[in-house]
Order: sequence, then structure tokens, then C-alpha cells
Amino acid sequence: MDIANFLLETGFWMATIRMATPLLFGTLGELICERAGVLNLGIEGIMAAGCMAGWTWVYLGGDLWTGILFAAFVGGLFGLLHALFTVHLGLSQHVTGLGITMLASALSSFVFRMLLPTATTPPKIVPFKPFPIPLLSDIPFVGDILFNQSALTYLAFLAVIATGYALFRTPAGLALRMAGENPMAVEAQGLSVFSIRTSAVVIGSALMAVGGAFLTMSAFDAFYIGMVNGRGWICIALVVFSSWKPGKALLGCLFFAAFDAVQMRVQQQSGMAIPYQFYLMMPYVFSIMALIIMSRRAAYPKALLIPFRKGER
Amino acid sequence: MPIPVLKLTNITKTFGSVIANQDVNLTLEQGEMLALLGENGAGKTTLMSILFGHYTADSGAVEVFGKQLPEGSPRAAIDAGVGMVHQHFTLAENMTVLENVMLGTESLLSPRHDKKTARGRLEELMERFCLELNPSARVKDLSVGEQQRVEILKVLYRNARILILDEPTSVLTPQEADHLFTTLRQLVKEGLSVIFITHKMREVMTASDRCAVLRQGRVVFEAATGDTSAEELARAMVGSEIPKTRRADRQRQADREMLCLDAVQVADATGKRLLNNLTLRLNSHEILGIAGVSGNGQAQLADLLSGLIQPTAGRIIIQGKPLAKPSPAAMLKHGLGRVPDDRTGTGLVADMTVMENLATESYRQPGFARRGVLNFKAMASHARQLIKSFDVRCPGIDTPVRKLSGGNMQKLILARVLADKPSIIIVNQPTWGLDVGATAYVHQQLLDAAERGAGVILISEDLDEIFRVADRIQVMYQGALSAPMPTREVERAELGLLMSGNRSPQGCALGGAA
Amino acid sequence: MRIEARENISLTMKTLSPVMAVGVAMAVCSMLLIWANASPLEGWMLMLKGALGSKFAVTETLTRATPLIFTGLAAAVAFRAKLWNIGGEGQLYIGAVVATWLGAGSLELPSYFMIPYLFIAGALAGGLLLLIPTLLKTKLQVDEVVTTLLLNFIVLLFVNWLVFGPWKDPMAMGWPQAAPVVDSALLPQLLARTRLHLGFILALASAVGVWWFMRATTWGFEIRAVGASPKASRFAGMPVNAAIVRTALLSGGLAAMAGVSELCGVKEYLTLDLSPGFGYSGIVVAMLAALHPLGVVASSIFVAVIYIGADSMSRAINISNYIADVITAVSLLAVLVSMFLAKYRIRWR
Repeated sequence: MDIANFLLETGFWMATIRMATPLLFGTLGELICERAGVLNLGIEGIMAAGCMAGWTWVYLGGDLWTGILFAAFVGGLFGLLHALFTVHLGLSQHVTGLGITMLASALSSFVFRMLLPTATTPPKIVPFKPFPIPLLSDIPFVGDILFNQSALTYLAFLAVIATGYALFRTPAGLALRMAGENPMAVEAQGLSVFSIRTSAVVIGSALMAVGGAFLTMSAFDAFYIGMVNGRGWICIALVVFSSWKPGKALLGCLFFAAFDAVQMRVQQQSGMAIPYQFYLMMPYVFSIMALIIMSRRAAYPKALLIPFRKGER
Repeated sequence: MPIPVLKLTNITKTFGSVIANQDVNLTLEQGEMLALLGENGAGKTTLMSILFGHYTADSGAVEVFGKQLPEGSPRAAIDAGVGMVHQHFTLAENMTVLENVMLGTESLLSPRHDKKTARGRLEELMERFCLELNPSARVKDLSVGEQQRVEILKVLYRNARILILDEPTSVLTPQEADHLFTTLRQLVKEGLSVIFITHKMREVMTASDRCAVLRQGRVVFEAATGDTSAEELARAMVGSEIPKTRRADRQRQADREMLCLDAVQVADATGKRLLNNLTLRLNSHEILGIAGVSGNGQAQLADLLSGLIQPTAGRIIIQGKPLAKPSPAAMLKHGLGRVPDDRTGTGLVADMTVMENLATESYRQPGFARRGVLNFKAMASHARQLIKSFDVRCPGIDTPVRKLSGGNMQKLILARVLADKPSIIIVNQPTWGLDVGATAYVHQQLLDAAERGAGVILISEDLDEIFRVADRIQVMYQGALSAPMPTREVERAELGLLMSGNRSPQGCALGGAA
Repeated sequence: MRIEARENISLTMKTLSPVMAVGVAMAVCSMLLIWANASPLEGWMLMLKGALGSKFAVTETLTRATPLIFTGLAAAVAFRAKLWNIGGEGQLYIGAVVATWLGAGSLELPSYFMIPYLFIAGALAGGLLLLIPTLLKTKLQVDEVVTTLLLNFIVLLFVNWLVFGPWKDPMAMGWPQAAPVVDSALLPQLLARTRLHLGFILALASAVGVWWFMRATTWGFEIRAVGASPKASRFAGMPVNAAIVRTALLSGGLAAMAGVSELCGVKEYLTLDLSPGFGYSGIVVAMLAALHPLGVVASSIFVAVIYIGADSMSRAINISNYIADVITAVSLLAVLVSMFLAKYRIRWR
């Protein structure tokens, strides 16, 4: 086995970019929530709901893009529920988030089983196809890696730029970041902390759900129960790792995805020295290590986890 | 008669069973500077928060320029021309001055910031009102006085016609305060109207045109400043009943040295010195007052003496013996009683019961626990006895502390601290937010403790309090202490100069040589 | 909308809040039943009958409640100290792994030594596992929610490797499972011809023990104080970090005991389906009990009724047994809201 060898293969790099996509959506979504001061532990379940919703939409005859919209809508609904509990009522963001994850995952499995009570092998849909961008995709090596991907992947990269722009170059982004730093400042300037935080959580959750939908509608073509498999939790670690900056989030996602791709390559080789389970552990181990490394420098949004109550004294 | 720029009619607000404001009527005329005066807890801040829409009143109306404001909407207040400078600044520390000022001034749906125009307007305002700042500086890098400037600029940037300032000088040195009032005068000259909340008589007399006094949620006195006197205002503020603290004119005894700080330094994580070469000597039978403007290291001194932080250099000597490793437990063991400034957050566990809170410092003592098992009977009878002797008003010892009033919480903390007969007592802002009766009670307890032979360190920003109970005074400025001065020989003006650093506090090197 | 703290929290409000939560969960579940073309009433009857309708059904429910009591206690203890241990699932498996390691033939002891030995060893392992995220929290301020969650995946993959690899039982005809524990390690049955085992009694005893510990010992007092206010506890001279570490050892240990109990009481050998998420359900159990150790027993039985009832309902009518997961998730969210409503009132104006 020679790592240097497959670092030169387009296939490896294409896989890296592909696997980074759901992480990107999830990480950006969580980043938006946390920038506004709300930890969203519902992410794991919301991604599962996105998986399920997008896939079902297409399975029942809808087309792919409206399926993505539907997944985003479902994700947004769960986000709204999370916001209602944590922003408006000020309940514990930890416990509520876990509750949302449990509810969203359970509902996804339940609905899936109700639709297909007897299926032993999950039925397939026709997923997004690679969408080569004319001219750019003809560039040797780089063309295939960057410009011969699924449309959703381009969307994820655009979302990085859009999130960065929205957060740092628009009045709404300023208000959102301020709500995560000092909600009193937002209130004192005549804006509603509640609406800003709610919008952030809804939009963030919609993005997470799109990340989930990518799994069933582009990466694979079927729905499996438990297919998110901790990706949501990894995204939460990635947000800390990225210091709440979209650009660094992109780097973090690519790093994790590259490792995932290496791991899959290694698995395919016969006679490996280390059992594959240990490779599968690596993303989780890396996530913990990322949290440890960042612990000294992590500049959390100051009002993260702190509920805002109007007229509190 | 011209319409008043601001008119409050019959404002009433309650928090649960506590009446914060009752039937308050107040008007503000064009170009007027109104001082709103009152003790802590008199309802000044609540009233202004209702006016600005942070709180919703139970009843009553707010009219600005003759038009009624909708309830509970800061936005409406801002749009009507009301601007508020909060006592606790509403700034995001990690963001720049410009970002803090711009927030909320553009449509949230607008696709981009117009930072250039905003910066231009801000710079123009800064020049016009002599409020120079770097718009790109992060708020956390500014001094407290500069942060207040940002707050004022925020308000001016939004074209406020009415400016409300809540205790604007509580964090300022006298010099900074003078600068603030110059700015306010200029604003009034340009046609703005100003309300400032305060409990400092000097500011009322020198700066305001008219003043109103709030007591227990009601307006009890209103007059043009020229027609009244400081004495009259003081009487209106506290009401008729001013409980006198009994102070035995005690004989100076052969006092022993209880506590000594020997060239102590404390630095934060970045190496910045928060306490600088601090020397202090506390004798038995005395109350040592530490005066100073907030933020000059008093919090660190309190934390140091509570055992919460470690000195980076120097020694803490308790009754002649240097303390090896300061910690809260070590302080307790050496007979230090500590009353923190933050009652609900630090002094008490708000969600636990009165009995449990009375035991938090003593639960390991043999009387209360054997082999790790608590003796509830002993804890309960101890608690019952303490709430009786310290007159803590509560439904029972199983009541969660959260439900007590501020005064009763403070009595509870005093009960816990004094029950162990400490030889040294550290109190930090002990009467903040308490009414007159509770304040007098706290002072009496401190005086009695000193009488019994304890040494008391009283850290307070309230000069009146220090003059009332302290035997000696030291002034804290930028992490250093002035030389101690006997209370009887010291002039208020002299303290003011020390508090603003006008006289370099070299005295600290000489320590307790007085 | 305005939120105001209630002056006095009446006992009725306090006791009513979990009942309200269960009511909301039932309402949501009824909607799902209607959606699935089943009569809600019939569904509920089937569930109740399935879970409590016969002596055997009751023992099945109590058997199911056993691990939930352990994991529920684990969550209740940790949450009381504001240590967000979401790693119950991983700690459960580590307990089972250690019990397999020591109990599957490497050592022969009489039953009355073997069983305590396995429980203690398993609990120790679970406690040590939780110690990793706990020390990261106290020393480096790393958020323990994410680290405990991630550790669940790592532990499960580790078990996956064990049962597919070195520990795979050659006698199991290719199934990924480890060798069974020796007979002396098996927990005796409480009733003939049922699966109810000694673990249930141990779980009850643990609940009483934890209740006593938290209420009446100095360590328990410290844990409660630290959870309610770390700042005030530190100020009062309490050993804050030590209290959190003790909490972690206790919480991790309790979760691991669920694993040992399932292994030695029900499954007899280590597999990947030893726990259908008992670690996560423990969080629901603890919240439903408002973190009270004795309440955990009641809420465990409630959750067990839902799972056993849903299984039997799904066999009788055409509905997925994932409905049980939905009900427990809804009751978790509903109990949060009802606890909130017991403390605050909402005024609309």
C-alpha cells in the first residue's frame, strides 16, 4: 500500500470533495446557529430527517431539486421547534437538542417503515448525476476533481462563500453575530433577538437537512436507518475546529473527507495490517483531538448556550 | 405651554410581589437636564427600562413628543427619538466600534453594509462632540470611559432627541465624569433633552436643571435644582426613618495584627498586572475601608482574600503565619469569613435551601457529618437557631434561597459567616441593592464583629458607607493601594483625588506605616 | 409573549408536569396511529395489554426496565452535577466488554463471588471511560457533550472489531458474537419460566443507594451544590473538580452496570445488539423523573411499557415499532416544556 500513489489519482480527490459535501452543509448550518448563540444538538437527527425527506420525495415521484427543497423545509421545521424551545422558552440547549435528534431520527425511521413495511433491501432512486461544467471540467486532473461533481457539491462550495458574505458583509449577518455575542446589544438597538436567533436556527437547520439529503440523493441512492452515523456530531466538532469561520470550516471538512477517502482506499486493499474498524474510528478520534487542540484557543461566541429573556432582572 | 418632549403617566410595574414602580408621573421639557435620584432599588432603572421598552408596564402610558409609545418595543422608542445609555454597557466586546454603532441602523434585508458612509457619519459625530475614538478598534480594547463614549455615539448616530443615562458616572473617575457632563451640556445646547439616573448628590447639584426623587417606586419629590438643597434631597431619598448605627466610641486596645498582605501581585493570563505590589495591614478591633472607583482591582483583591485566585508574587500573612497555598478552604480554616459582592451567584447556591446554604462552609465539621454521612438533625437545629438570631425572614429552613429578598439573602450570608466567629472578615459591596433598614443591619453586624475583636476589610464603592463604618481608609487605584488614613482625619476631596489617581499612590510602598 | 417566573411552585404543578408530558406524548402518538389507519384507542389497549396484560408481559416489561433504571440513574446523577454525560451507550458496552473478558471462561469463581466481581469490574471500566471526557472538561474546558457522544461511536466500533475479530465465537455458526459468559456469571431468574433476573433487584437497590448517597452524604451534597452553582460551591471551599470526577465515576459505573446486567441476565454473550439505545433512553428516563433517583424507577417502567407495548402492538396491527422511539422522544421534549410551565407562566398580550 502506497499512500503517495493514490494521492495522485483523480478518483481519490474526487471522493474527497464528494465526501466533504454533507459535512460542509452540516458544519455551515451548525456554524450559523452557534454564531447566533444557539447550540443545535438536533443536527444528527435533522440530517437523518433530511436523508429521509429528500429520498422519500423522489421515491414518491418528485423530482430531485424539489426534493432538496422539501428536505430543507423539513429541516427548517425541526429547527423551528428547536428555536421555539431554546430561544423563546429558554430551555436547556443541550437537552432540547438531544430531544430533537431523538425525535427527528425516530420519525424518519418510523415514516420509512410505514412507507415500506416489507422491503428487505431498500429501494433505489435515480440520484443526482455528476454535472461537468463545460470547458472547466476539461482541464486535466483538476478539472475532474473540482468541476465534474454533483450539482449539490457546487452548491455546498457556494454556500461557504454565501455564508461568509452574509455573516460578515450584510446588516443581517452583523445582527446575527451580535445576537451570539451580546443579545442585550441587539435588543438595545431596537432589533428582536428572538426573531434573529429563530431565523438563524431555521436557516442553519435547513442547511443541515440538505447535507443529509445529499447522502440519499447523491452519495448513495437509497435510505438506510442510521446512515448519518455520527456525521452531525463530527460537524459540531468541526465548528469548534473552524473557530466559527466558514473558510476554516471548508478546510476542516476537506481534511476530514480526505481522511475518509484514504480510509476507504485502505479498506479495499487486501491483507491490511490494521482492522478496518480502527480506520472507521479515526474521524471520531480526530474530532476529539480537534476539540482538544482548539480548547486553549476556542473563542466561543460569548452568548452561546445563554438564553435571552426579555425583561429579565 | 409647549408639549413636554417626554411624559410618563401613572406607570406601575410589579415583579411578582415586589412593586418596582407605582403610579409614577414624570415629564421632561425640551432642552432640559433632569436628574432622577434615588437609592439602590428605588425603581429608577426599572422606570427607564419601561420607557425604553425593555420591560412592559402593568399599567400607565409613555408619550414622546405628544405621541404615545407602543409597549415593550425598544425599536419604537428609538424611532421616536429616545436613546438610552445603559449602566451595564450593551456592547459586543469582540466587535469593532463601527460595528457596534451600525447595528440595527440598516435594513436587515439589505444585501450589503454601507460601511464607508457609516464611518463618515460616525467620524463627523465624533469630531462635533469631541468623542474621539478609532472606529475600527475592538470594544474590548477600550477603557471603560471610552466604551461609554461608544454608547453615547450609538445614541447620537440614531438621531436621538432624548438621551437617558443610567448611573453614567458609576464606572468613571471624577475627571472622566466631568468630561461626560461637559459633553451632555453641549448636547442640551444643541436642543437635546437629557435624563440621568444617579444617587450621587454632587452630580445632581452641579449638573442638573431639575431633579426628581424616587423612593420605593414612587416619585416623592420634584423641584428645580436651584430651589432645593442637598440635605433636602437626601431626606427625600431615604425617607424620614434613617436608622442610626450604634458605634461605641471604643478605646484603642493593644491591637494585634490579624492579616497582612506583603507586596502582593496578581496578574491575569496575559501577564497584565491587576494587583500591583499591594501592601495592607489589618488589625484586630478595626474596620479597614477600601475605597475606589469600580474596576480598579477591588474585585481581584476580594477574590485574592477569598482564596479564589493565587498571588503571582508576595505573601499573605494571617496572624503572623504566611499562608502556603491560598484556597477558599484554606481561608476558612484560618478563620477568614468572606462576604462576596455577588450574593445569588457566588455567595449562595440559589436553588438550594436555607438550611443547605447555611451548611455549605461547615458541612464537613464533626458536628454536621460523621464518616461522610450528614447529620440532618444537627444541620436543621443549627439553621433554625441562626435564622432566628440573624432575623432572616423566610417561610422555613427548607425554602429555596432563590425566594428570599436581597436583604434576607445578605443576612443569610452574614449568618453563615459570623456563625463561625471569624477573626478576619472580608466584605465586598455588602449593602449594594439593599434598603435602608437592611443596610443599617449589615453595618451594625460589622461594627459588632469589630467590637468583639475581629478585623474587618470593607471593600466598597460607596464613600458614605466607608465614612460611616470604617476606622481607616485606603484608596485603590489601578491595582495599587494608597497609604492608610484614619477616617477622622481624611477629607472627602482628598479621597476623590486619590481615587482618580491624581496623587500618585506611592503610599502603597509604605503600607501600614500610618 | 412574556415569560414570568411563578412566585410559588405548587406541589400539584410539580407532580402534574410529568403527567402532562405523558399526555402530550400520547396525543402525538395517537395522531401517528390515525395516520397509519389504526384506531388510537385500539392501539393503546394493545400496547397496555402487550406490556402489562399478563404475568409474563409484566415480567418482560420489568426485564426491559432493568437496564433503563441503570442508565437512567447514570444520566440523573451526571445531569444533577451538570455533567452532560451522553455517553451512556458507550459506557454500557464497555461494561459488557469487561464482563465478557473476565466472565467468559478466563476465570472460575462461585456465583456469589463472580457476579459482584463482574459488576464491580464493569462499573470501574465504565467510570474510567467517562473519566476521559470529564478530565478534558475540567482541565481543558472541552465540551463533554460532543466528546461523550463521539466516544459512543468509538466504543461501538471497538465492540464491532471484537465480535467480528478476535473474540468471535467459533461455536456461533458465523454470527458476530463473543463466547457466552460462564454459568456462574449468569444472574439467577427471579420467577420460573420468565426472563426477569436478579439484575432488576440490583437496579432497585442501586436506585435507593443513589438516592441516599445524593441526599445524605457529604459527597452527594457536594455534587448537588456543584451542579446547582459551581461558582458558589468553589467560593464555599468545596472541592469542585473532585466532585465532578466522583460524579463521573458513579455515572459511568452505573451505565456500565446496565451492560453487565444485560449480558449476564438476558443475552449471555456480547453482540452488537446488546443494547437498542438504552444509553440514550436513559436520558429520557432521567428527565422524566426530574433527575430524582427514585423517580427513575417509575419512569424506567413507563419507558419499558412503551417499548414492550409497541413491540406487541406492531405485531398485532400494521404499524412500525419505531413508534416507541417517537413516543419517548416526544415525552422528553414535552417534559422539558411542562417543567418549564411549572416554573414560569406565559402571558400573551
